Amino acid sequence: MDPAEALADLTEISTQIESALVATPTGEPIASTLPDDASRALAEHAVRLLDGASDGGAGEEPTHLRVATREGCLFVVRGETLVATAVTGAQPTTGLVFYDLKTCLRTIVEAEPAKEPKRRAPAKKAAADA
Amino acid sequence: MRNVVAILALIAGLVLLRRRRAVPPERVELYFADGSSVTFAPDSAQGRRLLPLARRALASARS
Repeated sequence: MDPAEALADLTEISTQIESALVATPTGEPIASTLPDDASRALAEHAVRLLDGASDGGAGEEPTHLRVATREGCLFVVRGETLVATAVTGAQPTTGLVFYDLKTCLRTIVEAEPAKEPKRRAPAKKAAADA
Repeated sequence: MRNVVAILALIAGLVLLRRRRAVPPERVELYFADGSSVTFAPDSAQGRRLLPLARRALASARS
C-alpha cells in the first residue's frame, strides 16, 4: 500500500489519532497528514526522541515510545526501514494506537516490491585455464 | 451560615480534586523488542531530556 493511503486508512480507523506521519530513520517525511513544514518539524523531533531515548538507556534501543504531556501524547514506532509517528489527545488507548501504527508500517513495507537477493557473478576461471 | 460556607468549601475542594485527577501524569514510556518497558517521570534525567522535545513536537504538529 502507498504510504499516503496507509496513513489515510490509519486516521480513518483510529479516531484518537489527530495527525500522523511516516518518515525515514533520518527524519525525512515520506507521507503525512500535516502540512510540509509541520511534517518536517514533527519527523525531526520524533527521530531526535528515539535517538535521545537510546542514548540514555543501557545500550538497548527502544522499538517504540510514548510521551504523555498535559497537551497530548506523542507516539513513535521504529520499523526496520521507516519510523511512524502519531499525535493524540491527552488520554488515548495506548495499546490501540501502537497497534494501528505498527499495522500502518507493516502494510507499507509489505507493499514494497520484494528485493531479489543479489547473485554473485560466477567466478572467473583462473588464468591457469588459459 | 457557617454550615453553608463549609458545604461550599467542601464542594470546591471536591471539584479541584477531581480536576487534578482528570489530568494524566506526564511521563515517558520506552518499549523494547523483548517486550519490556520502562517509564520515566518528568523529574528523572530522561524525562527532563525527552519531555521538552515531545512538547516541541506536539506544538509543531498543532501549529
